[in-house]
Amino acid sequence: MKILAIEASGLVAGCALVTDGLLTGDYNIQFKKTHSQTLLPMVDELRRLTDLDLKTLDAIALTKGPGSFTGLRIGAATAKGMGLALEIPLIPVPTVDSLAFNLFGTDALVCPLMDARRQQVYTGIYEEETEHTCLRGQCAVPVREIIEDLNGRGRKVIFLGDGAPVYRKVIEEEMRVPYQFAPAHLSRQRAASCAVLAARMYEQTGEACLVSADDFRPEYLRQSQAERERAEKERREAAENTDPAAAENGAGTEKA
Amino acid sequence: MTQSDITILGIESSCDETAAAVVVNGRTVLSNEISSQIDIHTLYGGVVPEIASRKHIERINQVIRKALSTAGKTLQDIDAIAVTYGPGLVGALLTGVSAAKAISFAADIPLIGVHHIEGHISANFIAAPELEPPFICLVVSGGHTHLVVVKDYGEYEILGRTMDDAAGEAFDKVARAIGLGYPGGPKIDRAAKEGNPDAIHFPRGKVGDSAYDFSFSGLKSAVLNYLNSEQMAGRQICTEDIAASFQQSVVDVLVGHAERAMEEFHYDRFALAGGVASNSALRSAMQKACEEHNVAFYCPPPILCTDNAAMIACAGYYEYIRGVRSGLDLNAVPNLPLGQ
Repeated sequence: MKILAIEASGLVAGCALVTDGLLTGDYNIQFKKTHSQTLLPMVDELRRLTDLDLKTLDAIALTKGPGSFTGLRIGAATAKGMGLALEIPLIPVPTVDSLAFNLFGTDALVCPLMDARRQQVYTGIYEEETEHTCLRGQCAVPVREIIEDLNGRGRKVIFLGDGAPVYRKVIEEEMRVPYQFAPAHLSRQRAASCAVLAARMYEQTGEACLVSADDFRPEYLRQSQAERERAEKERREAAENTDPAAAENGAGTEKA
Repeated sequence: MTQSDITILGIESSCDETAAAVVVNGRTVLSNEISSQIDIHTLYGGVVPEIASRKHIERINQVIRKALSTAGKTLQDIDAIAVTYGPGLVGALLTGVSAAKAISFAADIPLIGVHHIEGHISANFIAAPELEPPFICLVVSGGHTHLVVVKDYGEYEILGRTMDDAAGEAFDKVARAIGLGYPGGPKIDRAAKEGNPDAIHFPRGKVGDSAYDFSFSGLKSAVLNYLNSEQMAGRQICTEDIAASFQQSVVDVLVGHAERAMEEFHYDRFALAGGVASNSALRSAMQKACEEHNVAFYCPPPILCTDNAAMIACAGYYEYIRGVRSGLDLNAVPNLPLGQ
């Protein structure tokens, strides 16, 4: 089984090659150039240096989201284009799972934090001690909500991801259980984690983890601003039409 | 088909159409697939960039596959992939560019980045096999208004361009203001057929001393002001008359500039291009002007005027035979200038 992994969900552009459980190559760049300029030249370099014949690939893995909308699409279009040309399927890996998997082996809870702007983080809670186990699946929530969840679990936590420095102050103020931050070499998206986790998914679930290159679409975990505003407007109008009293209290109608 | 035939796969995703096409030798279209998102954007009264980008990702592979299968081709038959890399919406462009690069890389096919406006101009080469440069071309669309001399394949001299709104943008904005909705071009065209183009005199936009540049924002404001004052006076407005009078003003300016260029430069051919080239009033006025100046008039059919990938494959073909190739680091350039 030969899997090429593509990582473009955040600031890191990366690619990795895993061949029958062996990590043949892992190449990550976190620099200001856009993924559009770096990603495919990196894949080409990886191909050249590992004498990879693209026709021998079995699947393309990629972090499917959440993440930067544009980054996700560059990764998705790259994986889809390669999948189309090589006639091979994709293995989409949840971005937050892939981040958590960086810390496989720890007995602490793992909590990746990706800055989702608008006072939210893309996050989740994982056990990585002997198995990659998802305790709370990836979601977009206010950082205080995930901190409250962690405090309630009463276990030591390791934070990582680009949201960790952004929300460091809130974490320091609100965390009631022991915690620490992952060091730089483990704290961002890594193509190798995506590649190895994809290989495990295939081992454990077989073809169930495969998605055709044509059908794959990123999981943004968030609507576009225009869709959000339109949905809110429709909700308001519906409330005004059915219950004039409730419409005056926007927050009340939303819960009802 | 002979061995020396060059088969190009074109990919276009600069705005709200996901498109792919297969074209042989720049002029013979084997397939021209367009997946339009217009129904979704109509809900928002215009193109929403993030939604456009999301839809492109969902449709890109299917559209490419369909273009290949309709043409009876596989990737092994493709000599080069031509993709629009600008100008346009950056997120939308990136989808097509990234997919094109990935296919180029994985299938080992040369890649050519194409300028979107060059594509629109090149639509004329598909529609008129006998057409060759040099000629004058007026490109009018939702995002662009350019008057150019096409000196040779891939060689352009820009005579004028819009200083503010594109002509098609003015159509969209005015259509929204008078309640016709999106997309403005075809809706105003239809309403104008029932209206009197001389009912209201709107200004013909001028830009300083420049003979060839365009400005449409003043015209748009004039329409809005007219609507306001009629409303204040409590008078009923006639949508059809406004549509016809506005359209007449746009057509007068476009045709006026084109005629001046015909008189100054004496090329014996003139071509229209871009989405607004589908406007019936513009087509017939431009045709009449060309006849009066004894200039041959060219205008592609609507399917080649709208954003499509056949025109990109055509432009890509002429780049290909000039030896132009793009690398795997090709990036989307939202404000890419013409002729570079």
